[in-house]
Amino acid sequence: MTWVAGAMAFWLAAWVLNARLAAGRLSRHPVGRLAIPALFGITLLVVWEGLVRGFSVPAAILPPPSAIAARIAVSGPVLWGDFVQTFVKGALTGYAIGCSAAILTALAVDRSPFLTRGLLPVGSFLAALPIVGIAPIMVMWFGFDWQSKAAVVVAMVFFPVLVNTVAGLQAAEPMQRDLMRTYGASYRQTLAKLRLPAAMPFIFNGLKIATTLALIGAIVAEFFGSPIRGMGFRISTEVGRLALDMVWAEIAVAALAGSAFYGAVALAERAVTFWHPSQRGR
Amino acid sequence: MARVLPVVTVVAAIVVFWYAATVWLNAAWTRDQAARAGLSVTFAEVVADTMAQERPVLPAPHQVAAELWKSTVAEEVFSRRGIVQSGTLSNRSLIYHAWVTLSATLVGFAIGTVAGILLAVGIVHNRAMDLSVMPWAIASQTIPILAIAPMIIVVLNSLGVSGLIPKAIISAYLSFFPVVVGMVKGLRSPEPAQLDLLRTYNASAFQTLRKLRLPASLPFLFASLKVGIAASLVGAIVGELPTGAVAGIGARLLTGSYYGQTVQIWAALFAAAIVAAALVGTVGAIERRTLRAMGLLR
Repeated sequence: MTWVAGAMAFWLAAWVLNARLAAGRLSRHPVGRLAIPALFGITLLVVWEGLVRGFSVPAAILPPPSAIAARIAVSGPVLWGDFVQTFVKGALTGYAIGCSAAILTALAVDRSPFLTRGLLPVGSFLAALPIVGIAPIMVMWFGFDWQSKAAVVVAMVFFPVLVNTVAGLQAAEPMQRDLMRTYGASYRQTLAKLRLPAAMPFIFNGLKIATTLALIGAIVAEFFGSPIRGMGFRISTEVGRLALDMVWAEIAVAALAGSAFYGAVALAERAVTFWHPSQRGR
Repeated sequence: MARVLPVVTVVAAIVVFWYAATVWLNAAWTRDQAARAGLSVTFAEVVADTMAQERPVLPAPHQVAAELWKSTVAEEVFSRRGIVQSGTLSNRSLIYHAWVTLSATLVGFAIGTVAGILLAVGIVHNRAMDLSVMPWAIASQTIPILAIAPMIIVVLNSLGVSGLIPKAIISAYLSFFPVVVGMVKGLRSPEPAQLDLLRTYNASAFQTLRKLRLPASLPFLFASLKVGIAASLVGAIVGELPTGAVAGIGARLLTGSYYGQTVQIWAALFAAAIVAAALVGTVGAIERRTLRAMGLLR
């Protein structure tokens, strides 16, 4: 009971502190901006730990965060192997192939306004479909190893990036294009100097959506068959053995990898589209 | 016509490409079979055979369409006599399986949307909540939440909860965060001058919410709902995988992959696509009607 009471006391204290912080001057400061959500996250973990221990919830239903942390600490090599298999080989390869294929397709189609008009609605329709379902087919075609996962990722990231790139290439204003024409700029010059830079905010929007999709595709594809490593494989088999601390450890790695991947693309975006209003004034 | 023709062209190009890929991918099997039988086949025979294999590497579009027809129209929705009419491995029609998935999707989507709107209202009205919850809600969009689906299914199963509810929880979870993020943006979209006007009317926070913030947030809400309902469907399909292929579109994908029934997988995939298109289309239609009635649509 002391665990529950302690957790509740910590929760109340953190709540009061957070309300104070939010009302105070610190909330306009970058430190406060970081401290308040961090405190909230820590509170969640403490309440989780306290409730699980206080009500002695079986580890097969919900392990406490401390057990998950301990599991992460001892099974570093396994987690690293799974990370390399799923993220580096499956997701990253597929992401690179899918995104470059989509951008190249968009550039190829861009020459013909007719095809562009046709591709945009079809592409956005396909982007809304549950493409993960293609996973069993890809596993049949490319085998159990990472190649099939990469293929699923290619299919998943292709359409969002394609639609965004096609839309982005139309973002340059007619006035600006006319200016390029008065300079006597060729198609390639206009593309390189005006239209691609103008399309970058759109392209990066697609690339950011694709980061999450890539990881989801790589993990879910492993549910349909994989070698004996990989994040999706580990999750589905350890769930079967009710070793939930390992599952949570794997989820923590996936969450970390997902946010880091997104963060990296967002940083690249800031470097490339520093001129865009959404990136200025920070 | 100017809008339809390009779309038709692109779709036709996809179908042609698909047929070409069918011939290319299935030809190896045909040649192999012919070589074993000691026959030589002409190109025309190869093409004809690749279109009509029982377990092709890539089924031709008309094979998928035929399977879709057989497993929806020809098959009984609930076959009690155990007679499998369509030649697929399930004696229940694809409509039954699609309904299993769709019902979980809709329940989950409703829960996720309501919870998301409530949290968004809380975030907009409480600064502490905004500063502590909002960064996590945004960060959670970058996380492959779907990875927890097998765990939710198995844990709830061991607690004695099975069937629709676990899948609905996954769907709710997936539609929750897009709705929160979109709704917070929407509830904040009224301009300061409009908020000031309501303050001069001495409107309470609840009145401001009801008369200004909620109506102003609708365009943002609908944009999130379209993302959310597509995510909900994916969640329900993936939620059907760990239970070992009981019912639903995900189960059909899994049995198809177990038994190498490629035509069945593609039919299930198309069923999922049709359901997704119908869901997103319905939300889009409601969006257009609502926004037009409110004068927000040009």
